[in-house]
Amino acid sequence: MGKTIAEKIFAAHLRDEPFEGTRVLSLDRVLCHEITTPVAIADLVWREKDRVFDRNKIKAVIDHVTPSKDSKTALQAKILRDWARRHEIPDFFDIGHNGVCHAIFPEKGFICPGFTVIMGDSHTCTHGAFGAFAAGVGTTDLEVGILKGVCAFREPATIRINVNGRLPQGVVAKDVILHVIGQLGVNGATDRILEFRGPVVDGMSMEARMTLCNMAIEAGGTCGVCMPDMVTVDYLWPFIEEEFGTKEAALADYSQWVSDDDANYDRVLDFDVSNLAPQVTFDFKPDCVKPVAEMAGTRIDQVYIGTCTNGRIEDLREAAAVLKGKKVADSVRGIVSPATPKIFNQALKEGIIEIFMDAGFCVTNPTCGACLGMSNGVLAEGEACASTSNRNFNGRMGKGGMVHLMSPATAAACAITGVITDARTL
Amino acid sequence: MSSKKIFGGSAIVLDRADINTDEIIPAKYLTEVTKEALTPYILEDLKLDGFDPKGEKLKNATVVVTRANFGCGSSREHAPWVFEVNGVHTVIAESYARIFRQNMFNCGMLAIELPKSDINQIIALDAAGVINIDVDLEAQQITAVAGGKNLYFNFEVSPFDKALVAAGGWVEFADARY
Repeated sequence: MGKTIAEKIFAAHLRDEPFEGTRVLSLDRVLCHEITTPVAIADLVWREKDRVFDRNKIKAVIDHVTPSKDSKTALQAKILRDWARRHEIPDFFDIGHNGVCHAIFPEKGFICPGFTVIMGDSHTCTHGAFGAFAAGVGTTDLEVGILKGVCAFREPATIRINVNGRLPQGVVAKDVILHVIGQLGVNGATDRILEFRGPVVDGMSMEARMTLCNMAIEAGGTCGVCMPDMVTVDYLWPFIEEEFGTKEAALADYSQWVSDDDANYDRVLDFDVSNLAPQVTFDFKPDCVKPVAEMAGTRIDQVYIGTCTNGRIEDLREAAAVLKGKKVADSVRGIVSPATPKIFNQALKEGIIEIFMDAGFCVTNPTCGACLGMSNGVLAEGEACASTSNRNFNGRMGKGGMVHLMSPATAAACAITGVITDARTL
Repeated sequence: MSSKKIFGGSAIVLDRADINTDEIIPAKYLTEVTKEALTPYILEDLKLDGFDPKGEKLKNATVVVTRANFGCGSSREHAPWVFEVNGVHTVIAESYARIFRQNMFNCGMLAIELPKSDINQIIALDAAGVINIDVDLEAQQITAVAGGKNLYFNFEVSPFDKALVAAGGWVEFADARY
């Protein structure tokens, strides 16, 4: 019997099995941000164990609230900043260099096929797009990860999602993953890995694959994962050229992290997306998903384009293509947050920022921002936001607010009309 | 910071599936850097008819009884912490989101899973008055008492999770072993 990619990564990283079924894995990456890490740091200091297992395997960023908005968030940033300096962590990203964690860490080439990755952030599943096992964890797991470089998991079974057919024009990865979550339900993949396969995924860019994997957690999944291929090699090439010399050599090496044809799956689900329409959420759970057409005309007060789901350059291009030469409706506040400084810079060079600004969007610095209602872009009671983020929980973007999740193109269309709109109808 | 916990006591029923961590502790309070500071905000945004986050029932509770997929969403350990600092060290549910469940045991607390039929029976007791829950972790048995009625349920807990509770949490366990 063959193995899935997850089984291969687990086998290669098994450090201990203290009890049957409990796998303690050695970690290649422990990623940190300023919201969930400071309590771990404080606890390590309190225990007189203020150490790091490997400063080169730990990466840290201030991203959730940046620049700090008040004394409390300034303290969180300071605790992380002081800790990173104290331990001489080379890859620490602060003001001027910082961006949304799940966009900036892959962009720096930190995530490679076969890696084990944890972070105190549920959307860590994003990094599985590179053929890695990447899981969101709590602060205690993070603390042990920082100190010992290990984390315990029950070996998860894998659900294979075959995305077949051909995506229609104007339908993108976000629509696919919203549709899949709508079918799976919010706990349809609990304790499972979602393995995204099929010709549509093979044809996707790394950005699109990250969008798919980013939302695995919204179905309860431990990790989303894609098979490493030449698209992965091309994305990582500037960082791996020295190691492999040729792209073919890199691809040959990465092929060890591809699921075997006769691997055992918990379930195999086939989706034909040839007739898929743009998707949008209603209500307060990410599995409440409908075609945009069925929600058309629903009032929108704010449009938010950005986040670890859809704040990458392709997403901004997609939104700008809809916005070009158009204006944001008078009733709408448009906010765009390029996810990293590199993306911001690229968007400037391509004239995308100009398109957003001409349309009447507010362009913010790279940050998690409005997504979780912690800093800028909080909704007032009774308001609705068309958002490219990943969560529509009650109160997520502000108490009494409603969030409709959708693709960047759909969000841009909503900005123009002030109501939920299928961009293809404009 | 975790220490050995007292399990069981009076229960509050949260009769809804898919209660997420944003409802348990809204993100705007994640700016706190101590667990204790979270205390007043427990379940502040919970969307559930008849539930009062400032009510006596929650104030007196040390056990939460609830439905499927409890603790879904964010990985924030602030969710178990806000229970911990409010004296709630035991959650009994039909099922959990993976990260929340692991966080509970990592903090040396109990996230007990019971089948829906058992949860139905416990929730039915709610009408009889205050439900008192006794947890025998060794025997893996729960006794639910209300209105003079006693109900007994057996539960499964993995040896690893039991070891985490015995150690007082994952930091203690890992520090002793790795």
